[in-house]
Amino acid sequence: MEYFIGIDIGSTSTKTAVLDENGKPVCLFVMPTGWSSIDTAETVRRQLLEEGIDPEKHACIATGYGRIAVPYANKTVTEITCHARGAMALFDCGDITVIDIGGQDTKIIRTENGIVRDFVMNDKCSAGTGRFLEVMANSLAVRPDELCDLAAMGGGASISSMCTVFAESEVISLIGSGEKKENIAYAVVDSIVKKVATQAGRLEGGGQLVCLTGGLCECGYIVKALSAALKRPIVTKSDARYAGAIGAALTARKGA
Amino acid sequence: MSDYVQMWKDLGMDLETHDALCQVLPTAFGDVYLSQENRPEAMGFWDFVVSEIHGIRPSELIEAQKNGRKVFGTFCVYVPDEVVIAADGIVTGLCGGSQFWVPGGEKVLPKSTCPLIKASVGARLDRTCPFFRIADMYVGETTCDGKKKAWEILGEDVPMYIMDIPQMKREKDIEKWAQEIAAFAAVVEEQTGNKITVEKLNDAIRIINEKRKAMARVFAATKGKNLPISGKDRLLMTQIAFFDDPARCAQMCNKLADELDERNAKGVRVFPAGTKRILLSGTPLAIPNWKLHHIIETSGAAVVCEEMCTGTRYFENLVEEDKTTLEDQYMALSRRYMKNNCACFTPNTGRIDDILRLAKEYEVDGVIDVNLKFCCLYDTEGYTVEKALKDAGIPVLGIETDYTDTDAEQLRTRIEAFVEMLG
Repeated sequence: MEYFIGIDIGSTSTKTAVLDENGKPVCLFVMPTGWSSIDTAETVRRQLLEEGIDPEKHACIATGYGRIAVPYANKTVTEITCHARGAMALFDCGDITVIDIGGQDTKIIRTENGIVRDFVMNDKCSAGTGRFLEVMANSLAVRPDELCDLAAMGGGASISSMCTVFAESEVISLIGSGEKKENIAYAVVDSIVKKVATQAGRLEGGGQLVCLTGGLCECGYIVKALSAALKRPIVTKSDARYAGAIGAALTARKGA
Repeated sequence: MSDYVQMWKDLGMDLETHDALCQVLPTAFGDVYLSQENRPEAMGFWDFVVSEIHGIRPSELIEAQKNGRKVFGTFCVYVPDEVVIAADGIVTGLCGGSQFWVPGGEKVLPKSTCPLIKASVGARLDRTCPFFRIADMYVGETTCDGKKKAWEILGEDVPMYIMDIPQMKREKDIEKWAQEIAAFAAVVEEQTGNKITVEKLNDAIRIINEKRKAMARVFAATKGKNLPISGKDRLLMTQIAFFDDPARCAQMCNKLADELDERNAKGVRVFPAGTKRILLSGTPLAIPNWKLHHIIETSGAAVVCEEMCTGTRYFENLVEEDKTTLEDQYMALSRRYMKNNCACFTPNTGRIDDILRLAKEYEVDGVIDVNLKFCCLYDTEGYTVEKALKDAGIPVLGIETDYTDTDAEQLRTRIEAFVEMLG
């Protein structure tokens, strides 16, 4: 049996996708990246071996910020290209706007006829990224997914600073002033959504289908809030966090 | 580097801090430049100049000063070298291109000033660049608000003369710039003690025109499918041109151009066929700012042209020669310099035309429009540039960056993705 492997080493988590000859997922798994991409790549290799798949014997492409740390990958491809390919396959659409809220960067990618036409990424700043959400969740002593659930019940509060460090002190001030947790959670999500919506505004996507990929795709409230901010429906799937890995595996399949 | 310690001491430099700079440069140059394969032989001249960057040319300038000549330090491609040369003066560029000097600039300037200004001010105030010590007079201009205010701070430490650049390009603005050039000429005459005559100015115009033609030849060599030189190497040639004697610069550029023509005839190339061709547009890349070229050229693409002050803006368009009165010559100079299209002008449609024309002339696959952080003018104009390119069906990537290396990996991801997008 021939397999195609895609490994997406992100700043927070590492996603692996194995596809069969027809491009159907055989296995998908995620793990924390930890502090060493090289160690993570080795853990992925061992896990694949446990699944009976030797990555050295199959076409394998690495992507994500740790893409150069995968010694057994045949090639590296950027996460922009991989996320676009993965999303186009997941949503079966060649003309799509992909919003990927990653750990340390947020990307908006627009495809046309199955190829990437344009993309924007946030700068060094972590505003509007998963890291922002994670830091704020820590301040509130909740998990990121709990923060999203709380946000759905909140309202009224806001955070003015885009900077994660300053925003964190704003959150702490809100806690100190006795603001309700759900209202603070609402303010955190609202800040991310506004930032992402502004970024998306730089890419005129017309009436394209818009999808959300990355680690936050299972947070229903984020999808809802983002849809409201962009004034259009946003589609997502639970596998959308694997979009980059699936795209990498599809690229491996294309090259084979 | 040879022993220039006594010279640096005499210049009142901060030797200890300067040593730290001298230690990092060879490594950076080795990694970025000397690691390239199959470079043109003529690049040996520029490699040598870099290896002695704070020694060889400064010692020439000091020697000239001993013979009574004056050195004028400039920061902008609108300041006409011809006027200085006609009075037997010497021009040297002064723009700072290293993060090394930025903290020095931040001691007196707001953080939200562009790195080029911060580095230039830092290089002067921290006494870590011989060129900034040698210049008898600095010539500033009013091409942006950051510079205007920085001149006031620099002016406390060094004689400054400011040329007032127009903001529009109407005929009366061109006439105004001619008047500014005439006023500058009077200052240069006073500083040097030499009279500028029609004959001397015509000679100077020819010298600088020859330099422009020679640089244009090197650029023309990458218009074809075969790429005989890397963008990095061409950038180095341009960067050093701001510091070198103009006649020697022309000679060296012509020598390089001869070799490149020969390489093109033989099909000798430094990039494999199919390498994506990139036009870089935007703010200048002062020496030793090689960051973007290095990332691009190690990401499967080649920079084939720069629409920048350290690029086409420096050498395109010639000054009309053989005018018979100084007034006509100043007007001819103004006409040429006002053809430069900097984002400090409004409207600045000429720059959009330039970018579209260069994209075609150099058969580029895509354009990377770069602006130095906090350069409000180029950043804002980036919108118009990107829109015009998209309308023309030319892929474009907008990038904002500074002199630090902290964003190198993010930039690499973006640039690699852009190259992948080009197919």
